[in-house]
Amino acid sequence: MAAKSGRAALVAIAAGAVLLGAGTVYLLSPNSPLREQQSAVVEIGGPFKLTTQDGKPLSNEDLKGSPFAVFFGFTHCPEVCPTTLWEMSEALKALGDKADKLKVLFVSVDPERDTPEFMSRYLKSFDPRIIGLTGSQEAIDAVGKAYRVYSKKVPTDGGDYTMDHTASVYLMDAEGRFSGVISYEEDSKVRLAKLERLVNG
Amino acid sequence: MHSNSRSFARAVAYPFNRSRSLEERLGILALAIALLFAMSHSLWAHEFKAGDIEIVHPWSRAIPAGAKVAAGYLTLKNDGSTADRLVSITSEIAGKSEVHEMAVDANGVMTMRQVPNGVEIPAGGEVELKPGAYHIMFMDLKQAPKKGESFKATLTFEKAGNVDVEFSVGDMGGENDHSGHGG
Repeated sequence: MAAKSGRAALVAIAAGAVLLGAGTVYLLSPNSPLREQQSAVVEIGGPFKLTTQDGKPLSNEDLKGSPFAVFFGFTHCPEVCPTTLWEMSEALKALGDKADKLKVLFVSVDPERDTPEFMSRYLKSFDPRIIGLTGSQEAIDAVGKAYRVYSKKVPTDGGDYTMDHTASVYLMDAEGRFSGVISYEEDSKVRLAKLERLVNG
Repeated sequence: MHSNSRSFARAVAYPFNRSRSLEERLGILALAIALLFAMSHSLWAHEFKAGDIEIVHPWSRAIPAGAKVAAGYLTLKNDGSTADRLVSITSEIAGKSEVHEMAVDANGVMTMRQVPNGVEIPAGGEVELKPGAYHIMFMDLKQAPKKGESFKATLTFEKAGNVDVEFSVGDMGGENDHSGHGG
């Protein structure tokens, strides 16, 4: 009897160990849910055709060979967008000569109000190297989809509206491949280190 | 007589050269410190009061050229024994001012919503309107807040009533309370 229950316990422990081992292997495997975020972000990025604040066309092809940081926003945004633009301006200053290799893109999620003319005026308050991008609603929808950006028009009182949108900055390498994210409210030292790493490729 | 008139003249002409007693010197020093404190107090941490509600340091940021909105921040302290509520705001710079709540979720998505019933300030408690959280949204701007300047606004509380305040305007990326915003 005792031997039997002892054996049962051993079997249970062995089964537990096998399960634990299998679980560990699964979690470390490429299909692991722990890697889900990583594998999902690999698909961030893709082709786009937009218009700069100077009214010139710009596509992903034009960016080949230079790493870039891209984020999405709108000019009627009270906090996140001006703060991110301001912080990216500060980062470009801090990068010095290294900033020459880097492109910084601010893509509007509100093309209805963000015309090239309006963006041109707005962006004069920031580092002149920042490229503002807008386009048709279709073109904006396409770039948003490629970068897995969430954006939604939210009506406010008096017929006005605001935009909910992804506030992160995506870092893309010289081949246009995703290489990381700077989250909103990231420490400025971390932000700078990430941009330096991107530029040094 | 002669020496008397001379010392009188000296006292009038050179008030700062006159030798003073220790008490006098201490008094002047205390006055200077008090003046300095009063000045810096009003410059850096200006406060306003309406009934039991204290409004501490209303501030705003310079905005990009052509921007149509600006944000305002402040701390509300309730010294009373009943809760009160900030229900509305008007400002000389905006056609419309509202209390909004901003949040960034785990996916990095920023949302912003009007707080229709205003912000409650619990009895004996305080609420901070700050970047990344509750803030006042100034819309239909009539004039842009400029760095180093200030603008007027009137806050209306459910119980404490109206109070006029002044927002001091900082840098575009200024006064973040989280570390490392580089400025």
